[in-house]
Amino acid sequence: MSAVAYAVPSILIFATAAVLILVGAVGVIALKNPVHSALSLIMTLFGVAIAFVAQSADFLAAVQIIVYAGAIVVLFLFVIMFLGVDRRQHANVEPLVGQRAFAGVGVVITVAGLIALMAKAHWVTGAMSVSTNGVALATGQGNVKQLGTAVFTTYLFAFEATAALLVIAVVGAVLLARRERTLQSDEVEV
Amino acid sequence: MTPLLASSDPLFAHGVTGVVILIVLIKVLVGFGALMGAVTIMIWFERKAISDMQSRIGPQRWGPFGILQTMADGLKLIAKEDLVPAEADRFVFKLAPYLVLIPALVTFALVPIGGTLHIAGHAVQLQMANPPMGILLMLAMSGISVYGVMLAGWSSGSKYPLLSSVRASAQMISYEAALGMTIVTIILATGSLTTHSIVDVQGGGIWHWNIIRLGIVPFVVFLISITAELNRPPFDVVEAESELVGGFHTEYSSIRFGIFFLAEFMNTITMSAIIVTLFLGGPAGWIPNVAHLKWVFPIIWFLLKTTGFAFAYVWFRAALPRFRYDQLMDLGWKRLIPLSLGWMLIVAGFLIAPAWGFLMASLVLLSWILLSRAFMLGQSRESGVEAVLPTIGQRPIPGAVIRRLTDGES
Repeated sequence: MSAVAYAVPSILIFATAAVLILVGAVGVIALKNPVHSALSLIMTLFGVAIAFVAQSADFLAAVQIIVYAGAIVVLFLFVIMFLGVDRRQHANVEPLVGQRAFAGVGVVITVAGLIALMAKAHWVTGAMSVSTNGVALATGQGNVKQLGTAVFTTYLFAFEATAALLVIAVVGAVLLARRERTLQSDEVEV
Repeated sequence: MTPLLASSDPLFAHGVTGVVILIVLIKVLVGFGALMGAVTIMIWFERKAISDMQSRIGPQRWGPFGILQTMADGLKLIAKEDLVPAEADRFVFKLAPYLVLIPALVTFALVPIGGTLHIAGHAVQLQMANPPMGILLMLAMSGISVYGVMLAGWSSGSKYPLLSSVRASAQMISYEAALGMTIVTIILATGSLTTHSIVDVQGGGIWHWNIIRLGIVPFVVFLISITAELNRPPFDVVEAESELVGGFHTEYSSIRFGIFFLAEFMNTITMSAIIVTLFLGGPAGWIPNVAHLKWVFPIIWFLLKTTGFAFAYVWFRAALPRFRYDQLMDLGWKRLIPLSLGWMLIVAGFLIAPAWGFLMASLVLLSWILLSRAFMLGQSRESGVEAVLPTIGQRPIPGAVIRRLTDGES
């Protein structure tokens, strides 16, 4: 694939999306308050949605907002509020000994791997999509149609397997939540 | 970006020129102004209609029939002191009202309020925007408005608003599922996501309206879910003042409270308009043969239908008592979600062939019997012996212990 000449608007859109994604992602780990982290995650998700729109995957962008920003992060917040962990956490205590050293090594390995890959492989192909042999996705209705056809023909097994996995997860969650109460040691004495 | 926009809106078909930008700006300004004006009237209308139903007089001092009361209230709110509680999370506290307001505004941008005009060689659809993802944007925005309510309650740093916001998030997420399923039914029947085409296919007379074409069930499910999504009576457990003092906005004052108030009424109007768009053909209606004025009648039809639903919401509020929280959740999860899912399958079956439709209908009926059997079992088990947890330890606390603790004797 040859290099593609990008117009100024699309560069601007990409830059906006990239800034949103990066600032949000850094915020998720850097902010002290879990609720602020969750808000920052929403910012990242919006950035990803903008990136989807720029790739003319507008259906995916809408689904990204509806499912991730509209439901999943709300559940995160729900859990944070219910568990009452919404106050500043002190990160001085290491639950696992040597956790930080391991994390540092992991980061170095990952970044080194990425740099090595970028140096060796040719990533920027200019292709708008993998499934349609490099042709841009159709906009509007065609977009949904392409996605639906792909999901229900080529990737049917993966789709059904995911559905089964989710059902199993729901059943498991209900089972765990409904388990019988046993005597807790701190509940014996008043 | 242009092909993406042009795929659903003919205004952008010849590229984005100065005239096109001007038209879009005018559309947005007119739409915003109309919505703001409508909210002002809606607040007055609700207070007046409720007071009539409750044999009261209602606002009457400012302007004829008290119609300027909303203006007076708005001025009063702006002039009040803006308090931020000491325990509040200041940034989120200030952010939350806008997270409620902006989705209300964006959703209204999707509503087609008339047909298509031709101005200076440009086809102008009488709606602020017609993006290709169309009605999905409405779902996305209702997802975002959950954050406004949730974060307002949490950031107040107070117990009752927090309880209210936890209720709100659970309620709005639960009903979003039924809402989404109903919208999928409409999308299936329309074959398009854009609000413009949804209105277009309902154009051929009253028998083509989705309320009749899809059977009455999706309409009923949608109306109930959208009322719950709006947190309006009878689903206003979020603002149950007898339990929660005032709801998620208890700690808000001045214009920040005003924004919540504004957004609530704006949402009521917007959702009335969305119901009209999805089920009642939007601006569709009888058009008399008057020269040069044909484009006015769709707008009048749209306004009439929307006003009808806005009145219905006021009526709900006056007539129906509030649901209990568990009843609300039961209705959402056990009835509306299975019903909307089953109906969607039936509609999808009939869209392929009648035989498939009847097959789907019998399957849905079968699973309905199974499901109601399961609910019955579950309910009898809840009230049965094995559902009662055995007493653990020394609870309830013996009277002697309580007396010792409270009287401070040791």
